[in-house]
Formats: sequence, C-alpha cells, structure tokens
Amino acid sequence: MLDFSTLPAALPILWSGVKMTLFLSTMAVVLGLIVGTLMCSARLSKNYPLQLFARFYITLFRGVPLLVQLMISYYCLPLIGINIPALVAATGCIGLCAGAYMAEILRGGFQSLPPGQKESALMVGLSNSHILFFIELPQVIKLTIPGLINETILLVKASSLISVVGIAELTRTAQNLAASNFQPFQFYLTAAAIYFVLNSAISVFGFWLEKRSNNRVIV
Amino acid sequence: MNKSSANEPIVQVQNMNKSFGENQVLKNINLNVHPSEVMCLIGPSGSGKSTLLRCIAFLEQYTGGTVLIEGDLIGYNDNADQRKLASTKELNRVRRNMGMVFQQFNLWPHMTALGNVTEALVRVKKLNRKHANEKGLALLNKVGLSERANHYPAQLSGGQQQRVAIARALAMEPSVLLFDEPTSALDPELVGEVLQVMKDLANDGMTMIVVTHEMGFAAQVADTVVFLDQGEILLKGSPKDVFQGPKPPRLQQFLQNYMDRNAFWE
Repeated sequence: MLDFSTLPAALPILWSGVKMTLFLSTMAVVLGLIVGTLMCSARLSKNYPLQLFARFYITLFRGVPLLVQLMISYYCLPLIGINIPALVAATGCIGLCAGAYMAEILRGGFQSLPPGQKESALMVGLSNSHILFFIELPQVIKLTIPGLINETILLVKASSLISVVGIAELTRTAQNLAASNFQPFQFYLTAAAIYFVLNSAISVFGFWLEKRSNNRVIV
Repeated sequence: MNKSSANEPIVQVQNMNKSFGENQVLKNINLNVHPSEVMCLIGPSGSGKSTLLRCIAFLEQYTGGTVLIEGDLIGYNDNADQRKLASTKELNRVRRNMGMVFQQFNLWPHMTALGNVTEALVRVKKLNRKHANEKGLALLNKVGLSERANHYPAQLSGGQQQRVAIARALAMEPSVLLFDEPTSALDPELVGEVLQVMKDLANDGMTMIVVTHEMGFAAQVADTVVFLDQGEILLKGSPKDVFQGPKPPRLQQFLQNYMDRNAFWE
C-alpha cells in the first residue's frame, strides 16, 4: 500500500498551491471574457482593419502553444529589455490566450442571435454599446454556457503549464513535494484528485447555470 | 374616413429606389402618409412591401430618391449633389419619430414584458425606474396585458408577445408606427387579439403603415391601400377603390387567389 503519512504535514503547502491555481484560473477566465468580448466585436465589426487585427490576434494566440508563449514571455522578453514579474507575465499570457478562444466561442453565440433582436433595439433608439452589453451579450452568454464552461475547465488545467516559469501553483507544489519526499505517487495522485474535484465543481456549476437560465429564458 | 390630409405628411417617400446589387427590388416609389392615416401595403410575397417598410425605417439602405420623416431625410446627408450616410446620432434622432412592430415580435427574451417596454424609457428617455414602470404598466394595460407584466416572453403566447411588442413600440411615443406582417407568425386563433389592438390604435388616431396579408383588416381599418407587385406600386387608393373598383389583372389575380384560399363554404 502507498504510505500517505507525509501528506498531512504537506497540506498547508499544497493549499497555497491550490490558491495560486485558483487565482490564475480566475484571472484567465476574467481576462479571457473581457479580451474575448472585445476581440469578438472587433472580429464581427464592419471596420476592415479592426476585423483583420482580430483575425490576426486569434490566429496567433490559438496557433502557438501556451507553453511556448510562456517560455517566450519568461525567457525572451527580458532579453529585449522588458522586465515584468513572472506572475504578471504568466497571468497575461494565459488571459490573452483565453481571450482568443473565448472570442470564437462568443462569435458563435452572436451569429446565432436573430438579427431582429438588434433591429428592435435600434428602433427604440438604444445605442450600439448598450445593445452589445445589455441586449446581445446576456443572450450570447446563455447560449454559450456549455462552451464557456468547457473553456474554463481547460484553463484550470492549462494553468499547470505555468509551473514551468517557477510559479508555485498546484502542479509545481506537488512536483516540489514529490521530489523532496521521494514520493511521486502520493503527491501527484493528490494533485490529480484536487484538479478533478475543482473541475467537477465547475461542471456542476455549469449545469446549474444552464438550468437556471433555461427556467427563465428560452430563445 | 380620411381624417386630416390637410396636414403635412409624416412620411414622404419620393422617387425611392432600392437595389440589391443588380437586382432592383423597389422602383420609383412615391407615398405620402398623413397624420392619423392608416396605410396598408398589400401584395404577393417578394413584391417588395417589407423591403419598402424597412427602407422607411432605414433598416435597409435605399439606393435612390428620398424618404422624409417629419420633414427630415432619414439615413443620409445630402449637400451639393453629394450624398453621405448620416451619423448614428442623426439617424437615431430621425428614427425617434418611428416605432416598429416585427413579424417575429423580436422581444428580448432575457427581460420581462415590463422590462421590454421600459428598457428604452430608462436608457434613452432617461426616466427613473419608478416613473418608467408606471408608464410601462399603463401601456401594458392598454394592450390588455398588465397582469402579465412580470412574465418572460417565453411564458407568453404569440399574440401576447406581439401585444407586448406593440406596447414597447408605443413607449417612445412615436408619431408613426410601422407594422411588418404583425400577424403572419401567429396561430390563426391569436390573430384577432392583435388586430383588435391595432384597430384601437387606429381609432385613437395613431398614424400607421401596415404590411399585411389580412385583407379584412385592410378593408375595414385602412384609409389607403397600396398594392405592390414586382417592386412597383400598381394601385393606390381607398379600400373601396382598390377592392371594389376596376383592377389591374395582377391585383385581380392576387385577390382571387386570396379568396379561393379562404373560401370554405358556398
């Protein structure tokens, strides 16, 4: 049998790793939604340069592995004189990357709204920004809950990549503990269980959110 | 029954054309709609009647001629033989005089009936929430739905949704209401309640342009009936002139088709 006797003493350290993972994932989702909404409206804009910029952005951030993006921001930016703390670089990277994916998820939602939703809003004189944020976005979020929850779970797992730039999130913490105790099984299994619980909670939250919005709103 | 044609027209359409690329869908349209006038646009599908209505609202850009709402050109700025698209702000200013009711209702599904009616009162007219709710409830009462104020659109029948949409359009106090086939998406049993609300509005003196397939409504309520075919106005006149006077063959055929379809007893 595996000996888990070293685990209780390591729990406070693991907990600090969990907190960092939660912080990074939350930042990724929040930044991703903001960047994603902006990029999505740029992508759907009739302004061609703006649209081109959004296409370029999305292709770039979806086209390069997050791991490579993290390496570049951590190792290469300082070489050209840009010194930013590792945590800021990592948060920025995962947020910008999430934005590219979320822009496309949201675009799917925007394009499935009947054009009449916007037309009826224009006819009572609502402004374009009001239509975007208060008429269209609430409906789009509802339509894209499954996709957004999916992306959130992917982001929680992607945050483990940030361990390579020396930030003590859950994976990095488990790695350190495994090495110092010579017990890889115990600590990686514990990390796996924690990730599993976090992501299960997110999918339960997703089901709840879908059900709640279905009771009120049918498009 | 023509109530006050002496006044300035609210809507003036002059030599208006509309093309989608090579395809000309409206040809040289001329119309005047006076205060309190009810004008019904009838015609076969694809005749351009909905496009005409959408050009008046500038949801489609007309490609020639002018459309004046209360004397203001909608959608464009004309100066010294140069025509430019109007700014959003100017477009909104001219549109303020119009309300529109759509075939698919287009209520916002994440807001209650009352929320749909009051949204523009709060955001555009800047009324406070309490005042807006009072006004919204009065409007819902007018269309017979004050008891459904806190229902979401999905909890309402089609006829009720369309009546909420009418209340929403009335909230901004437009001088003309545009209806784009308001009963075409409804179960036959629910058509009557929407037409009744429209009749009440007409009796109150609301100026209305109605694209419709309801010939009965056109005959009973309209001051002017306009028959469109292939993008042109073939006939314009009082319901009596259009339905009982001498008819161009295309109108004869259109009405015969309508009567054949609706006849169920000799």
